[in-house]
Amino acid sequence: MMAYYREDAKVLSGGMSLIPLMKLRFAAPATIVDLNQIQGLDYIEEAGGYLRIGCLARNRAIVRSELVRSRHPLMSSAAPTISDPVVRNRGTVVGNLTHADPQGDWATVMMCLDGEVVARSTEGERVIPVSQFITGPFSTTLMPNEIAVEVRVPGATNFGEYHKIERKVGDFATVAVGVALQQQGGSVSRVGIGLTGVGPSNIKCYDAERIVSGGGLNENTIQQAAQAAAADSSPRTDHRGSEEYKREMVAVFVRRSLHAAAGIRAA
Amino acid sequence: MALDEIQIGGLGARRKRVEDARFIRGKGNYIDDFKLPGMLHMETLRSPIAHARITSIDTSKAWMTPGVHMVITGDMAAQHNLAWMPTLSYDTQAVLATDKVRFQGQEICCVVADDPYIAKDACEVIVVEYDPLPPIVNPKQALAPGAPIIRDDKAGQTNNICYTWEVGDKENTERVFADESMQVVSQDIFYPRTHPCPIENMAIISDYNSATGKLTIYLTTQAPHIIRTAVALVAELPEHMIRVIAPDLGGGFGNKVPVYPSYVIAILASILLTRPVKWIEDKTGNLISTGYARDMYFHCDAAIRKDGKIQAVRVHADTDNGGFFSDAQPTKFKIGLFHSIFGCYDVPYGYLTAQGHYTNKAPGGVAYRCSFRITESMFFQERFMQTCAYEIGMDQAEFRRVNFIREFPHRTTFGFLVDSGDYDKCLDLALDKIDYDGFKARQDAARKQGRLLGLGLSCMSEPLGAGNSREYDIIGIKMFDSAELRVHPSGKAVLKIGSKTQGQGHETTFAQIVTHELGIPADDILVQHGDTDNTPFGMGTYASRSTPTAGAATAMVARKVRAKAKKLAAHLLEVSEEDVEWELGRFYVRSAPNRGVTITDCAFAAYTNMPDGLEPGLENNAYYDPPNMTWPFDVYVTTVEVDPETGEWDVLKFVGVDDCGVRINPMIVEGQLHGGLAEAFAMAYHQMITFDSQGNCIGSNYMDYMIPTAWETPHFELYEVVTPSPHHPIGCKGIGECGCVGGPAAFVNAVVDAVAHLGVRNIDMPCLSSRVWEAIKYKKDVSGTPPLPGQ
Amino acid sequence: MPEFRTVQCVVNDEPREAEIEPRLLLVHFIREVLGLTGTHLGCDTTSCGACTVLFDGLPVKSCTVLGVQADGHDIVTVEGLGSPSELSPVQEGFHEEHGLQCGFCTPGMMLTATGFLEENPNPTEEEIRWALSGNNCRCTGYMNIVKAVQWAAKKMATSGISARGARG
Ligand SMILES: Cc1cc2nc3c(=O)[nH]c(=O)nc-3n(C[C@H](O)[C@H](O)[C@H](O)COP(=O)(O)OP(=O)(O)OC[C@H]3O[C@@H](n4cnc5c(N)ncnc54)[C@H](O)[C@@H]3O)c2cc1C
Ligand code: FES
Ligand code: FES
Repeated sequence: MMAYYREDAKVLSGGMSLIPLMKLRFAAPATIVDLNQIQGLDYIEEAGGYLRIGCLARNRAIVRSELVRSRHPLMSSAAPTISDPVVRNRGTVVGNLTHADPQGDWATVMMCLDGEVVARSTEGERVIPVSQFITGPFSTTLMPNEIAVEVRVPGATNFGEYHKIERKVGDFATVAVGVALQQQGGSVSRVGIGLTGVGPSNIKCYDAERIVSGGGLNENTIQQAAQAAAADSSPRTDHRGSEEYKREMVAVFVRRSLHAAAGIRAA
Repeated sequence: MALDEIQIGGLGARRKRVEDARFIRGKGNYIDDFKLPGMLHMETLRSPIAHARITSIDTSKAWMTPGVHMVITGDMAAQHNLAWMPTLSYDTQAVLATDKVRFQGQEICCVVADDPYIAKDACEVIVVEYDPLPPIVNPKQALAPGAPIIRDDKAGQTNNICYTWEVGDKENTERVFADESMQVVSQDIFYPRTHPCPIENMAIISDYNSATGKLTIYLTTQAPHIIRTAVALVAELPEHMIRVIAPDLGGGFGNKVPVYPSYVIAILASILLTRPVKWIEDKTGNLISTGYARDMYFHCDAAIRKDGKIQAVRVHADTDNGGFFSDAQPTKFKIGLFHSIFGCYDVPYGYLTAQGHYTNKAPGGVAYRCSFRITESMFFQERFMQTCAYEIGMDQAEFRRVNFIREFPHRTTFGFLVDSGDYDKCLDLALDKIDYDGFKARQDAARKQGRLLGLGLSCMSEPLGAGNSREYDIIGIKMFDSAELRVHPSGKAVLKIGSKTQGQGHETTFAQIVTHELGIPADDILVQHGDTDNTPFGMGTYASRSTPTAGAATAMVARKVRAKAKKLAAHLLEVSEEDVEWELGRFYVRSAPNRGVTITDCAFAAYTNMPDGLEPGLENNAYYDPPNMTWPFDVYVTTVEVDPETGEWDVLKFVGVDDCGVRINPMIVEGQLHGGLAEAFAMAYHQMITFDSQGNCIGSNYMDYMIPTAWETPHFELYEVVTPSPHHPIGCKGIGECGCVGGPAAFVNAVVDAVAHLGVRNIDMPCLSSRVWEAIKYKKDVSGTPPLPGQ
Repeated sequence: MPEFRTVQCVVNDEPREAEIEPRLLLVHFIREVLGLTGTHLGCDTTSCGACTVLFDGLPVKSCTVLGVQADGHDIVTVEGLGSPSELSPVQEGFHEEHGLQCGFCTPGMMLTATGFLEENPNPTEEEIRWALSGNNCRCTGYMNIVKAVQWAAKKMATSGISARGARG
């Protein structure tokens, strides 16, 4: 289908980003391909070592999914902070990723969890890590003839928290920080730290992740990781808050989450 | 036996609203719900920039768009003498820009087309060329040497000042300040621009009938009669051929008082095209161009005696009025009733000055849920009272108590006459409910654990219910109000009032007043409002004035009707009028109480069996000119917890004690308070319109202008005290706005109190987490004045 | 000239069919084409929820759905709550508890509440406030809206009537 329409067509999943743009007349696609008419794309399932989220799985379903909660608590923590309960009834995870809003929350979560987008066209299928999928504000490596059919997340994590400062329900992040960990016995076997709203697009904090995966969780590594994450951010002063404030909040939230994770381990 | 007043829905009954029946079934009649035959749709093109000379407007492509009927520019409006219109503050305002644009969002052209989508398409192909000028976004910039003159259209305007005003006793005030035994406390505070922003935006359908010459205007207006007169005067149309219908309004809050440019053009278009023209504003249009509120800079000094008694205050206010001075306010008062400040305190001397400034921002200065700039005065008063208490080292509540007025009537330092109240009783009740005495210990204990608790108190008495007509008017029309009552032969009644509900429930409560006076069950009384052909002249609903004025008129007209019914009763009972007594719903013979007739009997007799010499019928009208304002008193007190690391804050508990005199319908009073307090919370918490250095409006849609949801809005715990108004016929005082007026200071005071031990005295609203964090981190006050930093 | 598309859907239990422009929003389809004006429009940014309807039973903001997307689906608007003779528990709750003032947000608020109570018939105050947080009310301060939903939940429990009301 997309092969036929090419450039002037737009895919519609939840429509919660595309239709607002059309209403504001920032977008006026000649053709809209409505995925909602296709059956069976709304799955949330585990297969082949991945948690797989079909491109029509709504944010609503993520909020309520026990499977998601048990595999990746970070996703369950982030989902309720995205838009509002009514918008979540339509908006999708995959649509959120493909929209690539620089303030979008799912890309941060997926970067923390090493998520991958599965893109399909008439020429076949390819898998793109989310960290390479997003190339900047509202831009991705998806080709015009491709549809993102799924986002998938490998393995499992047993700690996850998404801290988001928003002025009210439905607001985009002033600052948000995602932290996910897999801990066994006192060691950390997997860690993801990501930031929203503090740069031109979502940020994966490689340095902070390295500090924690290399040194485990102790007061020292926690403080260092918090500073490293803050250093990775490049926020702008705007009506939501100053650059300094946002940078500082990155450190506060990384610290709080890692403390919480360490607390869980101690217990 | 007299009727049970509560049972028949009289004074004091928690009567369920009659309006609900249509709204909960989706059968309300809001303007966008009307479809007239042959109706066309209008869309307005707005300026994307704040300050520029217009060099050209090319509408040719819009004219060629299929389905477009008319494109109206400022030049076209000028041909009909409508390029400019008068404002409610005796200034002029551009209807469609001809020379310059003066704020982002200003109206430039209107397109009339078959449907709104086409009108919007056509707006997109209009080409406007601009020659940009430096934008001005605050009074300081407006006064800077070399600043461009925004109102260069006005002959003789050589600066950006739009008014100056003063009141008080300068000489004696200065004398007190010169006394060295006084402790002087000073503070500067900014009340940011806000917007009333009802969920329903502005709307109009103008329907000109060329055969009859009648112009019918369906309009989102809180004051239909004033609009009718204004249209007649501005458009030079005969007033009896104009009918203004304000059907159901989706909220108003002061936003729906002024006349807006798109209204004028829709009326012009319907006359030129002789077809109905509908214009429905979008939210961005609403937020970016229609009546804003506040935007005021406050400076105050107080001279305080050793025992905590304030001896004098010196107040100065600078207002940012936008591109046109269009505040809705009585003629005499250039800064509304701002001088109501310190009204509940006994301050011997005061001197107040104010100055207004043109800037490149939308005009407005509307009374957003307040009686003309009272919200600003009460906010500054209560913020400043807190600061004074800190500086002189006195307890918050005690400091207020020491300064309360206790004898009524009391003439305030700036000239108002406060006539009633029991301030101590209200304050005691509020402090008890919040456990004021235990709070200090909790705050100290929390601080030791690194937690920040704060308590904020706000006390105020605001003058509500303008007029009297000696002092209060709108564009010369005196601020009285009216009611007309007809009792039908079967005893059912129709009440027509000059004011207009936007959700306050007039159809429910005004019937209750008639019930109280006549004993006719409220369910048997239909209340009509909002249609100028069918209601007596009134000034509309704003400034909490409906119950004080139209409500009083309702009681008075019911009394006139009762006086006539008494004559009919005497006739029916065959006794002289002097021998007839009244109890609710019934006249009886004094000497034989069992002999009586009901009000229904009298109504029937008025049409079927009247005595010789008595005019038939049972109806009357009343115009009520109140002798004074009403003086509600309110105490709001709240506790908050601030996150010391992030600056985020949560309300722990909120208590309100309100004395609004007699409550006609307590359920509705509480609903009004909840709504007002939610708006107060919004302003303190996150609701913000600001501007960057280029004059771009930040907060021009609901993603940035934040209306709190059920999730953020705190729980409000309310209590009542009743001291009746001494002059209102049934003892009522205004209430609709008290929460919104007195609430903001309580929240901000609580947040500042949580960090006051660090030396912080002020955080400008909204207390965004980033601002609170900055106050904690740098142990200093935080300003929120535009332009926004960092853009 | 724009091409038109056929939409067939069920609105308030009645089958409806119309030819519409593909860019027409569902809210305009409901208001202008079907003439059901109880669904309101309050904003441009999918924020206010005045336009909320039930779409296959779930609350959605009809200003952010295309009319053509309703094809094959079930829509309930405020006009579909209760029956001509009887109010639904949610409608009744809003009346009993003074859950509305100007009434503009009310249809959307009631539909969100209806969808929510079908899913969670016995909610806490906190759950109610969370569930309604996609709908703005400027008049009520939400206190009485919360009470209205609690009232409806109680009515549902005692009468066995669904949130949307007895049908037929
Ligand atoms: C009031 C409000 C508040 C919001 N707050 C937040 C928030 O806080 N955080 C946040 O992250 N988001 C927020 N959003 C955005 C919301 O989460 C969106 O739903 C989401 O970003 C987009 O998902 P969608 O399914 O609606 O996508 P759509 O609107 O359908 O599509 C978005 C874009 O992606 C493309 N697209 C969609 N699906 C595919 C596909 N399968 N393959 C290829 N391209 C595709 C579309 O063509 C379009 O360009 C908010 C939205 C609203 C209305
Ligand atoms: S109209 Fe505001 S959300 Fe739809
Ligand atoms: S009742 Fe007016 S907006 Fe909710």
